[in-house]
Amino acid sequence: MHGFANPKRFLSLATWLTPLLLVGGLLIAGGALAWGLLFVPPDRLMGETVRILFLHVPAAWLGMGGWTAIAISSLAFLVWRHPLAALAARAAAVPGAAFTAICLATGSIWGRPTWGTWWVWDGRLTSMLVLLFLFFAYIALAQAAEREGVSERIPAIFGLLGAVNIPIINRSVVWWNSLHQPPSLTMGKSAIDAAFLVPLLFAVLGFSLLFGGVVLARMRALLADRQAEARLRRKAMEAPAFGQVRGVS
Amino acid sequence: MSAVSPSGSRLKPKHQRLVLVVLALVALIAAGLLAAYALRNQASYFYLPEQMRDDPPAIGQAVRLGGMVEDGSLRTLGDGVTIAFNVTGLDNSVVPVRFSGIVPDLFVEGSGVVAEGTLRADGTFVADNLLAKHDENYVPRELQEMTEHQAAEMAEETMVGIR
Repeated sequence: MHGFANPKRFLSLATWLTPLLLVGGLLIAGGALAWGLLFVPPDRLMGETVRILFLHVPAAWLGMGGWTAIAISSLAFLVWRHPLAALAARAAAVPGAAFTAICLATGSIWGRPTWGTWWVWDGRLTSMLVLLFLFFAYIALAQAAEREGVSERIPAIFGLLGAVNIPIINRSVVWWNSLHQPPSLTMGKSAIDAAFLVPLLFAVLGFSLLFGGVVLARMRALLADRQAEARLRRKAMEAPAFGQVRGVS
Repeated sequence: MSAVSPSGSRLKPKHQRLVLVVLALVALIAAGLLAAYALRNQASYFYLPEQMRDDPPAIGQAVRLGGMVEDGSLRTLGDGVTIAFNVTGLDNSVVPVRFSGIVPDLFVEGSGVVAEGTLRADGTFVADNLLAKHDENYVPRELQEMTEHQAAEMAEETMVGIR
């Protein structure tokens, strides 16, 4: 893992992997969405509204996956002081929050015709909303660490702390009576017919690749920011007069 | 924390951090799970019929009842707007329900429902609002044309969780 601690080696990998993930993810996710929206037969009970499945499920998966990535990166940062780990956690926060918001919005739109309500305060919906707020708090903490010199360990500890919510979201429909249905996909078993399942799995794969591409692109941008700042600082040191006039912003 | 371990018997700082973080994480997750477990009754969104039978809520208290709409129990009463049906649970417990109003599209016999309302002294649940509860199965319409035997076989393969 420490092989990629060197930003140069990471960048040489990310340079070709980022466009590959972005383009591949866009193609697969777009294809799966078109398949799901246009060609899949309507559901026995829900009819046409079943099509929202192909956006709702990948968004839910990546919202939870985003926080899992933050938690693992935070662990790597706290224990091994891996220099890129804090960066990876920061890069995963915004796309994770975006997918969580998409999951909540599509779920609400889906709930109106299916359940007869936009929102209920049951275990699954509430724990997912808590996840969105955790993302917002993490983003604020990570920005404070970057701009105001707060220790980077604070967002990392928060990232680990928030991971408690992930198994709660996952188990919420099993532990508590809930309006949300129990899991359709469990180990080796599917309650989803193949006509829906195959495009759904492609959608999950496509959006996951896209997520990976966005995280890598954001990591590169954060690294570039940091390098530009270091270069400015070095220039300011070399030419004090220049540094004094222009200031170190 | 010692940066160098002089005797070799002490843990390296890296491992010390790992042990600390893992211990903290285990304690944290255990605390979270215990809290969630303690909440398991309070955090439930609705009563099942058997829970309502064994531990009924106070008469007139606003609660939710969730279960399956019993096949053949749904009928419209004389006033033309009130419907009556039975909600069944996992065992053979039954709660009769009355509701006046517009039902959601997915509300049909044999599927899940969550009723918001109050329990009356005669054991009837009077609902102010009905929510349809979808199950975890996603089946295209074409498959409805299957013979009953095929459908039963398919249901057997795809049933997970309750029912």
